[in-house]
Amino acid sequence: MSNRILEVCGLSRIYGSGCPLCVESTGPENDTNICPHCGSVVAVHGVSFDLFRGEILGIIGESGSGKSSTVKMLYFDDTPTAGEAVFFDNGERHELFRQNAAQQRSLRNKRFGMVYQNPHLGLNFQVSAGGNIAERLLMSDLAHYGEIRRRAQELLLRTEVLPERMDQNPKTFSGGMQQRVQIAKALVTRPPLLFLDEVTTGLDLSVQAAILDLILEIQQELNTAMIVVTHDLGVIRLLAGRTLVMKHGRVVEAGLTDQILEDPQHAYTQRLVASSL
Amino acid sequence: MNIHYEFPLEEAGYAFGFLDEYAKKEVRRTILKAICIPGYQTPYASREMPMGRGFGTGGLQLTLSLIGTNDTLKVIDQGSDDSVNAVNMRQFVQLTCPGVEVTEKLEEATLIQSRHRIPEIALTETQVLVLQVPYPDPLVVVESSEARRKIMHAEADYSRLLVKLYEDIVHFNEITISHRYPTRINRHYVIDPSPIPRWDVPKLNQSPALILFGAGREKKIYAVPPYTVAEPLVFDDLPFRVEDFRDEHGQRRACTRCGATNSFLDEYSDDNNIKIYQCSDSAYCDGQLAQHQQREGKA
Ligand SMILES: Nc1ncnc2c1ncn2[C@@H]1O[C@H](COP(=O)(O)OP(=O)(O)OP(=O)(O)O)[C@@H](O)[C@H]1O
Ligand SMILES: [Mg+2]
Ligand SMILES: [Zn+2]
Ligand SMILES: [Zn+2]
Repeated sequence: MSNRILEVCGLSRIYGSGCPLCVESTGPENDTNICPHCGSVVAVHGVSFDLFRGEILGIIGESGSGKSSTVKMLYFDDTPTAGEAVFFDNGERHELFRQNAAQQRSLRNKRFGMVYQNPHLGLNFQVSAGGNIAERLLMSDLAHYGEIRRRAQELLLRTEVLPERMDQNPKTFSGGMQQRVQIAKALVTRPPLLFLDEVTTGLDLSVQAAILDLILEIQQELNTAMIVVTHDLGVIRLLAGRTLVMKHGRVVEAGLTDQILEDPQHAYTQRLVASSL
Repeated sequence: MNIHYEFPLEEAGYAFGFLDEYAKKEVRRTILKAICIPGYQTPYASREMPMGRGFGTGGLQLTLSLIGTNDTLKVIDQGSDDSVNAVNMRQFVQLTCPGVEVTEKLEEATLIQSRHRIPEIALTETQVLVLQVPYPDPLVVVESSEARRKIMHAEADYSRLLVKLYEDIVHFNEITISHRYPTRINRHYVIDPSPIPRWDVPKLNQSPALILFGAGREKKIYAVPPYTVAEPLVFDDLPFRVEDFRDEHGQRRACTRCGATNSFLDEYSDDNNIKIYQCSDSAYCDGQLAQHQQREGKA
């Protein structure tokens, strides 16, 4: 049995009407993701990769290179213009983009987790921290109040949010604390696949380090496969076993993180690595 | 309104039941659809009525579309047959539906239009209950976009409503909803059962009578068909509770008028500012009182 959890093939997203020349007129060689003929943005084009159970895959690249667009499509926040993705789960094959909205929502609620850079996207600021976690459990059909409380407590404890914070509104929390609640919320259903999009960007360095440690511990405990999006080589170095380097919507280099860092092949990656030394 | 006024039917050009036949057919078609999809808020072309929306025009349109000369109508407002609203509504039907009988006795009625209460005595298979609804969608409190609410209903995704209940328990130790308790019909759609108290919610479950809900302003009709499961939205481990009307000693309060200890009670203050309790369902109270008097008469 293969350990593959996700197979992504030719994933593409064009914002705008598009034209026959969009793809050939954009990309790293043309140094743009905007089609000069029709003005459409080729945010992602032809992205393919595999992800294995318990693996952390990094996606790195400059601002606008298509990192967020890629994970948004896989989490059904956005719809691709082309491409396939297959999610392997308990012996079942789910063709992600051929499912109806209800099936997609069910996967999203029960089998995937997402942690956004902006906590406003991941948290409901109308309800308490515990309520946020409850919401996710209720979405996956657990309706036992006592059990919901117990699981929320457990996850908040694990993500080092003080127990007395559980019934408070997360809008009063620090940025780092909000990210911890987001992580707890994403993990409470024990999803086999977690997306993290710039989750430490903008936090104090010491807070960043603590959250990255937490992510690594959780990955080891729960064997959760993760896709970690960042523009920070330090995050990739610490977390990701394999990495995709993106530029202008394309993957320009892919491989083991150590190899990419030690011996970058693509000129863009070389600049990226050099600038971080 | 003068009920002795003879309505010049031909001259006024009003059809029996005030609404024209097209309007009535539209409502009847919608009722059938609503019965087929229990709890589903079925849209319809709501008509303007000669009274402000919010005064029960949705319920009245249902009643006027259903009523025939062989029907006997009972109109209740907040449990009472003789409140201004109920009286006006009843007179309007008498005026526009010549030949229709009206009654205050539940057992005589074939059609019952009500606001805020379901009668204490169980309805029968030959009766239809029409409830007036101000706000048909229970998801409004958690989602402002109607398009997104429709998707949530279609997928029976009521998790955010349950989160609201969760927050209630966390902050107040109990679910604080007293009226309009979200209720799941036939294990799928959750409805706003109109502003009935919790006390009345269990009466929706497996009711022998057809129960119809009309929201005139929002142009929606929905139904709990006879013998359909209706379950208040709750957590598995926290059972639904109705008002218990116990006093400070844990004793069930009784109606000061008829002595009933099994009815929904309204609280009033008497002239000496002392709290008194009385059946909210006035017809039920009258019935209980009559039975006592009969028994005492025999004794
Ligand atoms: N909804 C949208 N409409 C039009 N263009 C968009 C939209 N979303 C993203 N884009 C464009 O697509 C490209 C890729 O954006 P994306 O957010 O994926 O980049 P990113 O790599 O995550 O960048 P960052 O590091 O700044 O988050 C950018 O040029 C962006 O402007
Ligand atoms: Mg981004
Ligand atoms: Zn183009
Ligand atoms: Zn009484």
